[in-house]
Amino acid sequence: MAECHPVGFQWVMEAKARGATVIHVDPRYTRTSAVADLHVPLRAGTDIAFLGGIINYVIEHERYFRDYVIAYTNGPTLISEEFKDTEDLDGVFSGLDAEQRKYDFHSWEYQTGTVQAASGHREMEAEKAARHQERHRAEAAKSKTAHGESHGSGGAAVPGNADRDESMQDPRCVFQVLKRHFSRYTPEVVEQICGVPKELFLTVCETLSDNSGRDRTSAFCYAVGWTQHSVGVQYIRTAAILQLLLGNIGRPGGGILALRGHASIQGSTDIPTLFNLLPGYLPMPHAGVDVDLDTYVAGEETEKGFWGEMRSYMVSLLKAWWGDTATPENDFCYDYLPRISGSHSTYETVMAQLDGTCKGYFVVGENPAVGSANAKMQRLAMAKLDWLVVRDFSLIESATWWKDGPEIETGELETKDIATEVFFFPAAAHTEKNGSFTNTQRMLQWHHAAIEPPQHARSDLWFYYHLGRLIKAKLAGSSEAMDRPVQDLTWHYPTEGSIAEPSAEAVLAEINGYDADGTPLSSYEQLREDGSTACGCWIYTGCYRDGVNQAARRKPWREQSWVAPEWGWAWPANRRIIYNRASADPDGKPWSERKAYIWWDDDQARWIGHDVPDFDVHKSPWYRPPVGATAAEALSGVDPFVMQADGKAWLFAPTGLQDGPLPAHYEPQDSPFANLLYGQQRNPVRVVFSNRHNRLHPSPSEQGSSVFPYVLTTYRLTEHHTAGGMSRWQPYLAELQPEMFCEVHPELAKERELEHLGWATIVTARGVIEARVLVTERMAPITVQGRRIHQIGLPYHWGPNGYSRGDAANELAAIVLDPNVHIQEVKAFTGDIRPGRRPRGPASVALVEEYQRRAGITRSTGTEVRGGR
Amino acid sequence: MAVEVKSLLLEKDTPAHASGYRDHPPRMGFFTDTSVCIGCKACEVACKEWNQVPEDGLSFTGMSYDNTGGLGADTWRHVAFIEQRRRGVHQISDNQAEQDSGSLRWLMASDVCKHCTHAACLDVCPTGALLRTEFGTVIVQEDICNGCGYCIPACPYGVIDQRQNDGRAWKCTLCYDRISVGVEPACAKACPTDSIQFGELSELHRRADQRLGQLHRAGVSDARLYGRDERDGVGGDGAFFLLLDEPEIYGLPPDPVVTTRDLPEMWLRVGVAALGIASFIATSFIGRRHD
Repeated sequence: MAECHPVGFQWVMEAKARGATVIHVDPRYTRTSAVADLHVPLRAGTDIAFLGGIINYVIEHERYFRDYVIAYTNGPTLISEEFKDTEDLDGVFSGLDAEQRKYDFHSWEYQTGTVQAASGHREMEAEKAARHQERHRAEAAKSKTAHGESHGSGGAAVPGNADRDESMQDPRCVFQVLKRHFSRYTPEVVEQICGVPKELFLTVCETLSDNSGRDRTSAFCYAVGWTQHSVGVQYIRTAAILQLLLGNIGRPGGGILALRGHASIQGSTDIPTLFNLLPGYLPMPHAGVDVDLDTYVAGEETEKGFWGEMRSYMVSLLKAWWGDTATPENDFCYDYLPRISGSHSTYETVMAQLDGTCKGYFVVGENPAVGSANAKMQRLAMAKLDWLVVRDFSLIESATWWKDGPEIETGELETKDIATEVFFFPAAAHTEKNGSFTNTQRMLQWHHAAIEPPQHARSDLWFYYHLGRLIKAKLAGSSEAMDRPVQDLTWHYPTEGSIAEPSAEAVLAEINGYDADGTPLSSYEQLREDGSTACGCWIYTGCYRDGVNQAARRKPWREQSWVAPEWGWAWPANRRIIYNRASADPDGKPWSERKAYIWWDDDQARWIGHDVPDFDVHKSPWYRPPVGATAAEALSGVDPFVMQADGKAWLFAPTGLQDGPLPAHYEPQDSPFANLLYGQQRNPVRVVFSNRHNRLHPSPSEQGSSVFPYVLTTYRLTEHHTAGGMSRWQPYLAELQPEMFCEVHPELAKERELEHLGWATIVTARGVIEARVLVTERMAPITVQGRRIHQIGLPYHWGPNGYSRGDAANELAAIVLDPNVHIQEVKAFTGDIRPGRRPRGPASVALVEEYQRRAGITRSTGTEVRGGR
Repeated sequence: MAVEVKSLLLEKDTPAHASGYRDHPPRMGFFTDTSVCIGCKACEVACKEWNQVPEDGLSFTGMSYDNTGGLGADTWRHVAFIEQRRRGVHQISDNQAEQDSGSLRWLMASDVCKHCTHAACLDVCPTGALLRTEFGTVIVQEDICNGCGYCIPACPYGVIDQRQNDGRAWKCTLCYDRISVGVEPACAKACPTDSIQFGELSELHRRADQRLGQLHRAGVSDARLYGRDERDGVGGDGAFFLLLDEPEIYGLPPDPVVTTRDLPEMWLRVGVAALGIASFIATSFIGRRHD
């Protein structure tokens, strides 16, 4: 965190100064380790084993917060008799369809029956259509369909009354299933998988347990490298389970804080640049399934919780986009929305480019030729495009690969053969435009332009507004039905200044929403399904309350309460901690005076406290819903997780995840070790692509695996920003980390005759790079299962362009994805290292091919579903 | 004359007062608490941005994460990175991995011009380009410096330096332009963890003493203040530090002495010697005359 988020890390240092214990778990000894109380190095890619070990400790030693777990989680809920755990099936869950490479989730549900996910996968599956029909026929509750990132603001739905055993003794209750599932994650196993010594591991367990409960809370902070694994979502799930067991969610000082990779990545999830979401986590309609608004809403809304009002959110969004054209008669222009027909994630888009179905590409503020896994495939795919638009500060590698990229040097591509038309547009920096950043706390903070952008540089807002204006002008005379969505789009933003910059505040006002008279709304509870309100993103309603830019508020903390509600604005409803009902006990009293946050006031008959209650303020702790209640009314006074259909936090996820209701430790795709816990080596439903440029390494038991004996891990340095577009061209930053290097331990340097400050060549089945050598004891080897394994550190900032240059670490990584969110596995894979510079030209391709031959790699290597040890 | 210089150097009052300022503001300075430095180098970048200090080349030094190397004409803030292996610390396991990491320490420290109470650079400057400000800090006036370079060997810390292709001497100004209008220096402003603190020197001394006591009570017995002692060889520094190890570890001289300290005495001896020689010559002649 100190490495990648030094500004945010000031609060960790502040907490430390006030007595907090800082534990840093990372394969590398970083700037964070340097100031942490405890650094715990572990083998890259083994975090589920580590966290699972803590879960086992917490349950085994009865250190969990029992009252919290019983009242607020699904720990007591009984699950289906059909469910079989990894314990029963040697590492996989019931429902695995090896042929289709996916799970059928039916057996994971609650004993009482169907559950609807809200957080999880929403991709189109073949049977989804059938389920829709079935559901409509039965007019019954919700489908078992797994969903996507949708409902990131909350959870999922189950019909009200799941069977529970409040004593949590029933062998079919979630808690007992969880206990059995993690019982094999002992300290001894953790030591043998992660390389974390038992004593050190137990120190972590004790410290964390001691600092959790009624009087104390602990927080988990992670940088998004934690997600970049073939089990990435399950990493975070494991942390969530642990935090729930310890009672660290919905309470001050608790939580799991995702430190996103760029400014406002949270904002770009809320108002998404993701293929499967509309603003506010409304799912993108599926082609052929979500045929009209009624079908769409019926398929996605929940009976219980705030997703029950989904139709109002959707209609208001359609009104914001199509204005007066959107009427009840035409389904509010629902048909104007594009549809998805499968996964269109960034990596699937690359595959679609390679096979010629994707012909155009906007690359905005990102540099896939350096920053995405398997950088070569990114470039080869772009070489198949008809056109490519790149918007950035400088001529990044993604804009110039066609004339000076690595494939031009190797002869794999020739400029004259590349038909892609490349358009480069210089971009404005954040200091040159107005707008908001949404941080990990869901807080919007406004930034004001300090200066107009130079020359032809323009903001993204300017670019898209004027692009849209020009397209609308071109289509104005068209009578084609397909042009109607663009013709009817509301596109009336005032512009400012000599460059006709659209007003960012006008956009914020539209996001906030307004009523039929154009008056700004103040709460999403005001949204209506009759078309009388318009709102660009329902969870952001209130950010422009009273016509005031609430995100621009900067009242100093000294002049307000410690929660600082008047600094910026946090969605939803300016709540700083969501699910904060959990900060009070079931009777509505704070769990302790020390951690008091929100509580029920009997005299006023309402919830009061330091923050905006994330609960109906008048709903007493003793409220129980009447039979037949729906939506928010169906939540009881002890259901803090108001976006979840059962109002409870899920230790066990009966639906919503592609790869299991509980996390299980699987080895990374490329790993030098067999899975010690199960006969199943890798995540059975990980996404793999068989392509000659994306070859995978042999399993540890196979002969060829010793060709790639070292663990590689990629990461960022404080001095540079991601793929370098914002830093490698800046002299003041470039000089601080002037070129690509690799970090190796002295023992490895000796083993492979690597000289400090010399050159090393690093090879995988995907590619070869060179890097300067930095020998350091900070890259500690790990001893597990009787073997001492070295880990090689690779910063991924560099590419061949710019002032500070070097080979891209992502040339080495394979495209292997988590099945839930399609994130690439780049934090743990394997490779070889040798002294000296890499070969030039065609010889570098030959070297990679030689490695593939030596390792006996074929198109099917590493692609198995079952087994693989 | 020589005696007068000496008494001026020993003046108990603030350096600004000693330099002739009356009604001057309190002495301002930096307290750099290296125990909370996270090595982000924001100070280096902010300094260069604000003061328009040129970038000085891409060189991969291999000295941990320090590719800056040291203070110089084009580096007025420098973050040192020191990787240490400390035997016998944290050995709570036989496991090699734990021994490997548990005893590892990574020190980070942002260095800067010390703005000495007795500043040799100032003493030796023949043009008056080096100036004591009303805040007690030491700056180079770039329009007066003639590039003679006398100040460079005079600095006991090796801070002030001549810029290539320019010839003039450059160093930290403690952001004289910013503090003159009541704004803190760029490095302190950018520092996310308050490792660099700017303020009245007396207040910084108080804070540093408090922090040192806190660390000592927490068992960090090697923690020490550097440049805090007004009785040291430079009369104490306007920019002082909290270190976690010997100053030499950070590349700082353990016992800096103002290089002009002995000048009065030297001049006195020169005078005495000259007198002696003169009288010897004179007596020689007298003697000769007697011959």
